[in-house]
Amino acid sequence: MTILTLSKLTKRYGGTTVLDEVSLDIAAGERVALLGHNGAGKSTLMKLVLGLIHADGGRIEVAGHAPGSAVARSLTAYLAENAAFHPAITGREQLCYYLRLRGQPVKQADELLEKVGLADAATRRIGTYSKGMRQRVGLAQALIGNPRLMVLDEPTSGLDPVSRREFYALLDELAAKGTAVLLSSHALSELEARTDRMVILAKGKQVAQGTLADLRSDAALPLTVTIFPKAEQAPQVAEAFPEAQIFEDRVTFTCAPDEKLAVLERIVALRGHIADYDLHAATLDDLYSHISRRVA
Amino acid sequence: MFSRILATAALEFAIARRNRWVVVSVAMMILFSLVLAFAGAAPAGQLAVDPLSVTVASLISLAVYLVPLIALLISFDAIAGESERGTLALSLTYPLARTELLLGKLVAQLAVVTIAVVAGYAVAAVAAFATGGVEAADGLPALWRLVWTSVLLGAAFLSLGHAMSCLSRRPSGAAAMAIGLWLVMIVLYDLALLAAVVADDGGAFTTDVFPWALVVNPADAFRIFNLAASGAVDAASGLSGAASSIAAWKPLAAIVIWPVLAATLARLSFQRVTP
Repeated sequence: MTILTLSKLTKRYGGTTVLDEVSLDIAAGERVALLGHNGAGKSTLMKLVLGLIHADGGRIEVAGHAPGSAVARSLTAYLAENAAFHPAITGREQLCYYLRLRGQPVKQADELLEKVGLADAATRRIGTYSKGMRQRVGLAQALIGNPRLMVLDEPTSGLDPVSRREFYALLDELAAKGTAVLLSSHALSELEARTDRMVILAKGKQVAQGTLADLRSDAALPLTVTIFPKAEQAPQVAEAFPEAQIFEDRVTFTCAPDEKLAVLERIVALRGHIADYDLHAATLDDLYSHISRRVA
Repeated sequence: MFSRILATAALEFAIARRNRWVVVSVAMMILFSLVLAFAGAAPAGQLAVDPLSVTVASLISLAVYLVPLIALLISFDAIAGESERGTLALSLTYPLARTELLLGKLVAQLAVVTIAVVAGYAVAAVAAFATGGVEAADGLPALWRLVWTSVLLGAAFLSLGHAMSCLSRRPSGAAAMAIGLWLVMIVLYDLALLAAVVADDGGAFTTDVFPWALVVNPADAFRIFNLAASGAVDAASGLSGAASSIAAWKPLAAIVIWPVLAATLARLSFQRVTP
């Protein structure tokens, strides 16, 4: 079942087009990541979905309802980038407020705080919280009332690696219950491949969409091969790999993904001259910058 | 709808309490009331009027300055502060209408103003009873009138503060606008009227425009309504002469209409805010 539908969504500010005919569907239980540099249009897209601003063209539907309508709001949860709350109130008070706004019993507040690891800080003022703790308050409020659609703007930006893992575990749990998740990030490596699909935006245009495997095979980025010759054996190795760059203790070269096996065979053939070797696939960051550069 | 307004009001009141706004407002009102109760009662001792009415007459001049100031101080951060923290966008993604959010804040802040006003006047009233005995009871209607008109005056300036908060979008800018508004509406407005009356020297401005100009400003309307209705002659106020010549329903209407007008203005300004 489709929860969120965007078709040819366009938004302009003055003369500049911030979003240019972006189309996207998210089904129940699906986790979709929105990737792009700062200013690529991620936050604008999210604000449109939340009904905080209005589109200049195209259409948005949240489970069949207009964005920002009472029904759409009751189905949608949002976590803002760098969530900040009034420093004078406690984490529990803040959550009780949001529970009341959603018409949920306030006794869930402690349960939610427990879930995001803030049980001990529940009665402390938010002014004393660290950035990561504030982000957790934001996450806790987004979990209220099992939303059908969750919109998360750079949710992991303030979190340490361990908290990030826990965060994705929570997302998995939600998705398993049927929540559609749209989250944004400015780095592919931050997502840790924990989303079902990625949509890459550059200058307001949708430039790629698919699973991580799709994106990898489309980009066909070369691998980096490094060979460490045994002592005094460097000339033989360099001769066998004329395409390589020669360094004092190693030779390196790149190869296309589909040549990987052939290269491995050549390495094995030189077994007597080689001490060690390394094979590096392109990192997620390499892949991401390749895709966004291809468009620009 | 009411549960969301109440939830917002409860949170806002907690914030006002923690921010010491409640304590500061109450302390300000009590301090100035005490000073007036003792300073104001001394020269009026020989007059036939009861001591509480005399105190009320002094309190009117105090309230005209202090109530709008307190209201603006409490309210200027309402929208600009939330906008800066980013909680405004979050709140507006909840099933919470802009009107509900604004009303919730107004209810909480009006509670703070009411507590401060009641505490301040109560102290002055106790002082009046202590010096004048049972005779002071004659001034109770005037005191009651002062209380509810002060609350309405506070409501008007709270909403004006919200409008400033929406229009400036930054807490620092909203603070500057609020102080500017206070200066213009409370201080400069009267000075300008006075200057105009002097320059006009009994001409058309003084007879036709001036009475309306006095009623249109909520602070002046508040002063005139209370002075005229209390019947106490306040030597400290230069406007008392004018007050007696204006029908009481005009300032009363202004006092009642301004909170509604200001709240509408705040709501319209809020509509222009994009979180």
